[in-house]
Amino acid sequence: MNAADLGKDLVGLEPLSAAQITAILDTAEPFKEVSERPIKKVPALRGKTIVNLFFEPSTRTRISFEFAEKRLSADTVNVQAAGSSVSKGETLVDTARNLEAMRIDMVVIRHGSSGAAQFLGQRIRSNVINAGDGTHEHPTQGLLDLLTLRDRFGKIAGLKVCIVGDVLHSRVARSNIWGLTKLGAEVAVCGPSTLLPSHVADLGVTVFGRVEEAIQWADALNVLRLQLERMTAGFIPSLREYNRVFGVTSERLSRAPKDLLILHPGPMNRGVEIDSDVADGPHSVILPQVTNGVAVRMAVLYLLAGGSPDWANAGGEA
Amino acid sequence: MGRVLVRMASELVEQTAAGGPVVLVGIQRRGVQLADRLAPLIESRLNAPLKRGTLDITLYRDDLQAIGPRPEVRETRLPPDLNGATVVIVDDVLFTGRTIRAALDEIADFGRPRRVLLAVLVDRGGRELPIAADITGLAVASAAGDHVAVLVSELDGEDAVDLVRGAAP
Repeated sequence: MNAADLGKDLVGLEPLSAAQITAILDTAEPFKEVSERPIKKVPALRGKTIVNLFFEPSTRTRISFEFAEKRLSADTVNVQAAGSSVSKGETLVDTARNLEAMRIDMVVIRHGSSGAAQFLGQRIRSNVINAGDGTHEHPTQGLLDLLTLRDRFGKIAGLKVCIVGDVLHSRVARSNIWGLTKLGAEVAVCGPSTLLPSHVADLGVTVFGRVEEAIQWADALNVLRLQLERMTAGFIPSLREYNRVFGVTSERLSRAPKDLLILHPGPMNRGVEIDSDVADGPHSVILPQVTNGVAVRMAVLYLLAGGSPDWANAGGEA
Repeated sequence: MGRVLVRMASELVEQTAAGGPVVLVGIQRRGVQLADRLAPLIESRLNAPLKRGTLDITLYRDDLQAIGPRPEVRETRLPPDLNGATVVIVDDVLFTGRTIRAALDEIADFGRPRRVLLAVLVDRGGRELPIAADITGLAVASAAGDHVAVLVSELDGEDAVDLVRGAAP
């Protein structure tokens, strides 16, 4: 099988091989340049219709996908759950089948339930791209983190990357763990025990209870957002205490044996999980991550749109 | 191949003498290496450096929807301002003309050159579009099923032009 053949859908990084992940990153390289052109558009996906189906609020991811789609000349439609027939009780599959009846080619889905993208992909003929499903995966975020790390370090294998913060609620953490370990990086997680999944070590990661230890060990920190909207129970005593114990601060980083690369998937809670002088500091690649996000999504769209979908595994009308 | 490139370079110098900056653009893949070889030959005649570029036309192909899995996309790098320049497209083999159609469309998205010329090492006939080369190294009569390949030492370990009769059905 050609390494660049991803199949019909991109549900997560867990099902992908290291060769497939590397093929996506390699494909993203030339797409970086497209966004620097005077006319930021190539005709590769001309005539394709893509629906961005967002059941959860998102600014960065939705806009990034939309830029990627438009720079490939696809036609795009944005559907938000609020104000659509979803709020009238329509099921996910019915919504998607009605969209398919209007002859679409791809669906980019963000949903609050883990597994929603795979569920949909098995039931419609269009290509499905997971833009974040519950606490499961956010594969394009994982890919853009990998691309940003590869840009700075030249390779992923052998890197020590620590994911800091709210790992429990984080689909970004899961996609990072799968992607990094498949490409040969050493991965650790660090956070209060209430925000770490109970069997996280089974994924082959090191667990640090203190952020100071993580800083001593790592080449790069991926600082996660404290997902306040998902915290219905008392996971942490207070934001101030979280910052005092787990916050990534310049004072803590100054005691590291080397300069650590700082990633954050955004949106940031400044002064909670990350301090402003770190986020805006010389070793922060938070904005290059955003730039790479468009290139990675263009690569995924390009690679998926060309495949010959395996209709046998798709439900619905043939 | 060296002798052919020397002759192509001198024809290029004659045809671009009219003035204005010249940008030599190699098409991925083997057009890039041929442009790398032509550039010093032209520069020695002009006593001035040329502007250079590389172009990958994959995203402008007219058969992208039909083929799969996706062909590999390589680097495109053009000078920032093509307006008013003479662009010389360099490719290894001219066949259907579809690659050059795609290249012309892509160049138009970067600027408006004063003039675009096409230099190819091998013209094998078989055009499907109204496109012609301005500078041709070798002209070869070939049938649709023949395979014509240019090998360059940078990528293939040797310089050669291979013509295999009836290679493809």
